[in-house]
Amino acid sequence: MSVLLFTIIVLAGAFLAGLLGSLTGLGGGVIIIPLLTLVLGVDIHYAIGASIVSVIATSSGSAAAYVKEGITNIRIGMFLEIATTVSAIFGAVITVYLNPGYIAVMFGCILLFSAIMMVRKKIDHSNDDFSSPMARFFKLNGSYPVNGEVVQYGVHNVAGGFVMMFFAGIISGLLGIGSGALKVLAMDNIMRIPFKVSTTTSNFMMGVTAAASAVVYLHRGQIDPGIAMPVTLGVLTGSTLGARILINTKTDKLKVIFAAVVVFLALQMIYNGLSGKI
Amino acid sequence: MRASGKKISGDKDIQVILGTLLRAGVVAAMTVVFIGGILYLLMNSYHLISYAEFDSTKAKYASITAVFAGLRTMDGAAIIQFGVLLLIFTPITRVLFSVFGFLIERDYMYVIIGLFVLAVILFSLSNKLVG
Repeated sequence: MSVLLFTIIVLAGAFLAGLLGSLTGLGGGVIIIPLLTLVLGVDIHYAIGASIVSVIATSSGSAAAYVKEGITNIRIGMFLEIATTVSAIFGAVITVYLNPGYIAVMFGCILLFSAIMMVRKKIDHSNDDFSSPMARFFKLNGSYPVNGEVVQYGVHNVAGGFVMMFFAGIISGLLGIGSGALKVLAMDNIMRIPFKVSTTTSNFMMGVTAAASAVVYLHRGQIDPGIAMPVTLGVLTGSTLGARILINTKTDKLKVIFAAVVVFLALQMIYNGLSGKI
Repeated sequence: MRASGKKISGDKDIQVILGTLLRAGVVAAMTVVFIGGILYLLMNSYHLISYAEFDSTKAKYASITAVFAGLRTMDGAAIIQFGVLLLIFTPITRVLFSVFGFLIERDYMYVIIGLFVLAVILFSLSNKLVG
């Protein structure tokens, strides 16, 4: 394939991935890696390298807006980054020693899990009348604006959330994705942080987690400029446009359709991984 | 839960600075990647490529020094990689700024937490992790 044709296909695919990703709350890497490996026959190690770069771009781009609004809890983010950076580097270091087939199967499983998380009915667990002693010690409790009013919240089960973040970091480093679904699971379900705070804080953290493993990939030559260029430009423009559309769109139906696409890709990845085609 | 009103306003200022920093980093990185991409396409459009097999020895710009050396020749691929480096360093600079923010707030526990996160990332910058 010529460089020009490859660039155009990846650019278009990445744009779509970024657009759908921001409309449905799923990261762009979830679509980019199957596109590169299944459709274009790119080695999964190159795909991982390009994907992690797009994770940093979208995380920093959207975190910029959220941080200014004062919803993101910077202390929670920084505290949990202790876990995610260490484990992301660990994941990035071991990924090259794993059989690409295993990585594909693992990726497929994470895709299935992300699809479930996306369509699942959300219950806000947050309540503000109790917080764990550890949350008080680390000053994790905070407040955020809701319709002009400042709402206080308490943070629960800090240790459990911290352990879950280790897992999220390893998956991020291994597969080159933001593992947002796992991070939100940790903050939302285990630590019982309000939705808006957990999703924006997880987004904020993703850039730092991804940067830690990206450096390892760069040194190993997994970040190829010819792939990284169309992937990052496409994903970022797509997700920026998606964020604009999001404000006046009902995304429930879109989520179901997108979840179906993700499940299909997941099964493809698992099948190809098991049959040794990846 | 907050000790005083002063702390909230301090946090707010830091958040605005962090937000601006993140956005500026992304815009700068993307501009560089875009320029590098144009140059790269002008030079290589009709070349054939295959990424079917990962080969770490084929990577031209696999270290920060190699990227800077490539920049001097105005190679499109090197410029793209420089943009990628800018992108990687955006969240790292963000951590550095938060540490200063916590220092101003005299929140020493978070200064230490921030420095630890920074140390972990700087450790990954050393080539030792990749065999």
